[in-house]
Amino acid sequence: MKLIISSVSGEPIYEQIKRQIREAVLNGELKGGEALPSLRKLARELRISVLTVTRAYNELADEGIVVNVQGKGTFVAEKGDERMKKKLTDQVRNALRQVGAAAKAADIPLIDLMDLLETEYKKAK
Amino acid sequence: MMTQSSPTTVKSEAGNVAVGNVAEPMALSVTDVAKSYGSGFSLGPVTFDLPMGYIMGLIGPNGAGKSTLIKLILNMIHRDAGSISVLDLDNIADEVKVKEQLGVVFDSSYFSTYWTVKMAEESMMAAYPTWNHALFADYLKQFGIDTKKKVKDLSRGMQMKLMLAAALSHDAKLLILDEPTSGLDVLARDDLMDILQRYIEDGQHSVLFSTHITSDLEHAADLITYITQGKLYFTGSKDEFDDAFRLVKGGPDELDAVNPVAVGVRSYLTGFDALVHTERVNELVQADHELHVEPVSIDDIIRLTNGRAAGPCRHEEGSKAR
Repeated sequence: MKLIISSVSGEPIYEQIKRQIREAVLNGELKGGEALPSLRKLARELRISVLTVTRAYNELADEGIVVNVQGKGTFVAEKGDERMKKKLTDQVRNALRQVGAAAKAADIPLIDLMDLLETEYKKAK
Repeated sequence: MMTQSSPTTVKSEAGNVAVGNVAEPMALSVTDVAKSYGSGFSLGPVTFDLPMGYIMGLIGPNGAGKSTLIKLILNMIHRDAGSISVLDLDNIADEVKVKEQLGVVFDSSYFSTYWTVKMAEESMMAAYPTWNHALFADYLKQFGIDTKKKVKDLSRGMQMKLMLAAALSHDAKLLILDEPTSGLDVLARDDLMDILQRYIEDGQHSVLFSTHITSDLEHAADLITYITQGKLYFTGSKDEFDDAFRLVKGGPDELDAVNPVAVGVRSYLTGFDALVHTERVNELVQADHELHVEPVSIDDIIRLTNGRAAGPCRHEEGSKAR
């Protein structure tokens, strides 16, 4: 698995780790049940604080993406990818609900709204 | 002009962040430790804990009391008050046991410079029943140190590595390093940080590391203890330390608005740098000032909490005054 840390991006290091692990789970690179590197090993390899990796792993565990098993390590949760996709889909639906309401209030026709959506969708990387 | 507010001590419990909430044993506990010198310099009271399995950076400007604190932990000088325990042993009552568990690296060699590396090993062998010759030989090989060479013929980096090899070869559980990187080039400092991170990887070993070269700590340190002018300013996780403050920059007209909430300010002809507690930054931003807010580095925090103009006259640390 690829995991790199930028020291100039301004994004906190624990967020960089979380984002890259989430992406790897979503695109299937990390599969359910697969072990993540031990947090102390990862800290040493990346030359970062053990506490930073601990925070990233704990927050991913809170999101249900990974599971910490006492004395064994950290593993990708079974169906962690599905859970994440569902969560993201929920987020999209909520955002669209607001967009729909705002567009109606501004009297923007559906066809124009779809154009706007297409532009934004293409802009996102 | 520099302004300075009185230091506020923030203490966090690093032990709480462990996976699975296992209460970690302490590698080092310093409680209400104080020391005064006739010269007028006084340290403390200082209280902090280093949980087992982590690297703690001890930072502060020259003369802040870092070396005094390390000498107190090593019982090289007598403390006036407080208690210190190393791996749950009292550092004075159980001094012999404590010393067996401690590995020490100073900024200059504690081996006689006329000794050969082999003689340095013999002195360590005599002092430590747990001495591991094979391990020491491995480290020397890894560091490229010739056992026949005299200590004085080793470069500064090599002398530090010799002390490090010695400190790592008697099964020490806690390494204490006093300014090990001063005068070392970037490669030697990089090697050292790598060795320290390997050392703590099993979670059973810990490191206390004093330095004024904060770039060494910016990444690899887990915890920071910051002392300045003999007082504890912060102890806790490094991420918390970085998150606790923001650097706020603005033009001369905005200074009056920022000054009351700033912990430290450096103002210059065309603007100012102010250190502000993160939770107070919102007040400023909401008040619609045209301010530039950035994350801080450890150096920014030290620089802006040590206003030279406003601070009391700083005394040399006792160790150096003698």
